[in-house]
Amino acid sequence: MSEVKKIATRESYGNALVELGREHDNVVVLDADLAAATKTGIFKKEFPERHIDCGIAECNMIGIAGGLSLTGKVPFASSFAMFAAGRAFEQVRNTVGYPKLNVKIGATHAGISVGEDGATHQCNEDIALMRTIPNMVIINPADDVEAKAAVKAAYEHVGPVYLRFGRLAAPVINDNPEYKFELGKGVTLREGKDITIVATGLEVSFALEAAEMLAKDGIDARVINIHTIKPIDQDIIVKAAKETKKIFTVEEHSIIGGLGSAVCDVVCDKHPAPVYKIGMRDRFGESGPAVELLHKYELDAEGIYKQVKENM
Amino acid sequence: MNKLELQKKANQLRKHIVTSLHAAKCGHPGGSLSAADIITYLYFEEMNVDPKNPKKEDRDRFVLSKGHVAPALYSALAMKGYFPEEELLKLRKTGQMLQGHPDMKGTPGVDMSAGSLGQGISVAVGMALSAKLSNENYRVYTLLGDGEIQEGQVWEASMFAGHRKLDNLVVIVDNNNLQIDGSVADVCSPYPIADKFKAFNFHVIEIDGHDFDAIEAAFNEARATKGMPTAIIAKTIKGKGVSFMENQASWHGAAPNDEQYAVAMEDLEKEAAALCQK
Repeated sequence: MSEVKKIATRESYGNALVELGREHDNVVVLDADLAAATKTGIFKKEFPERHIDCGIAECNMIGIAGGLSLTGKVPFASSFAMFAAGRAFEQVRNTVGYPKLNVKIGATHAGISVGEDGATHQCNEDIALMRTIPNMVIINPADDVEAKAAVKAAYEHVGPVYLRFGRLAAPVINDNPEYKFELGKGVTLREGKDITIVATGLEVSFALEAAEMLAKDGIDARVINIHTIKPIDQDIIVKAAKETKKIFTVEEHSIIGGLGSAVCDVVCDKHPAPVYKIGMRDRFGESGPAVELLHKYELDAEGIYKQVKENM
Repeated sequence: MNKLELQKKANQLRKHIVTSLHAAKCGHPGGSLSAADIITYLYFEEMNVDPKNPKKEDRDRFVLSKGHVAPALYSALAMKGYFPEEELLKLRKTGQMLQGHPDMKGTPGVDMSAGSLGQGISVAVGMALSAKLSNENYRVYTLLGDGEIQEGQVWEASMFAGHRKLDNLVVIVDNNNLQIDGSVADVCSPYPIADKFKAFNFHVIEIDGHDFDAIEAAFNEARATKGMPTAIIAKTIKGKGVSFMENQASWHGAAPNDEQYAVAMEDLEKEAAALCQK
């Protein structure tokens, strides 16, 4: 896969905001002293007057975004997932979710692929937190193409949206003319009849790689990309539960409350089937290069392959 | 509206507060009554709002950051004609419009849902910033409790408002000196309040929050102040107007029973009669 183009989805976020800013005067971007890292700095360069740096005060930033949304603006409030979803959870719930304000939260540096900054900055809980908020839409795009499409879809959706982006460069897998982003629709990237791997975000490309490895062992794995975790595509999951023997969910997030739990909720309710959750197993991460951490915590292609084989 | 008319409106507002809380059998009378005069002035004198067009774009905005005193806001909205006064008797009842804390989705005239302390001020700051970004002239008002300013978010919002010189923003602190667990000075002192807002680059005005002359002068001064937001620190009496509730922390979050309600209404009727003599 060495020739595959790689772009971090946070970079896609910054670029997509610029495009959106050119199309719509009402787009405003907020940050909390992380513009260089969240990549909203790209937007700031072109639209300095529409980029609001709130300083290191994420709770206040969410409130300001709420006020902006109530007066005709479409704010994208940006920070690391840890602070946007974690620190400001109650502001997101009460100031944004409850009144159903048209606020978009651009959360970068999600998961352990944050790397060297370590456990305090590696947010493996944000999907779980955001899922519990009524009215919240959650999108975790897999690559550059999907991330840009997700930002546009978030703008068009009226209501709160949580966008989850990563720090690590991700292989571009959706770069084809047929690609179309549909909010709430899962995508079957690889057909298969034995098992199904349901992945989200950075893990999607690893899941595809793992499926190739499994194929060599005679295991025909279906791969589904769930970019919208809420509302989740129930049909594609039920179909997989019916047609394949076991579902493996893969996410760069705790196995508690994230994609895996969302998939379990669907199959428990609609078509009980065995599910094995691959993700952070109720523990914190640590410092280290992202690629090494993904390997250590069995969240790279090899790790997925190994866990599928062990838990067939 | 002249001072006497405002006093009469405030008296009426207090009767609605007490009546709605008596009907609800729970809620927050103390802070509702301490804020009654300020809310009366905002809705009957200061703000550019239109009950017939609650969402008109150039309206002034009000965010009740101390959302638990919703009965005061609801009473003002009902008296202005945003919805029938009978709604006040359904406060806090299942399936009804008037929630325990303001819900903008269900109640005409409520500019923002609030109730979790410290959050409303940030939204007000966002609204004021928005007006500056698009060169609009509306003004934004937010009312905070003196206990509420123990929340750190209040100071995040204040730092930002001062930094951005939001002179279309007025932060009012209902300084009734009491919170649930006792005197604010004993629980975790926010004093000196004025100096704190000054340090955050606010123009600060300290007034008696029950004196309509002082309230009028303060809002006029705020309007005339350019290049910085204004904080009005309004010294008030918790439970103001109801003899047995005044300055009692225990009346922060308790509704009057039938007997207490009768005494409260008697107090307020006496005040109304005295105002009619003027």
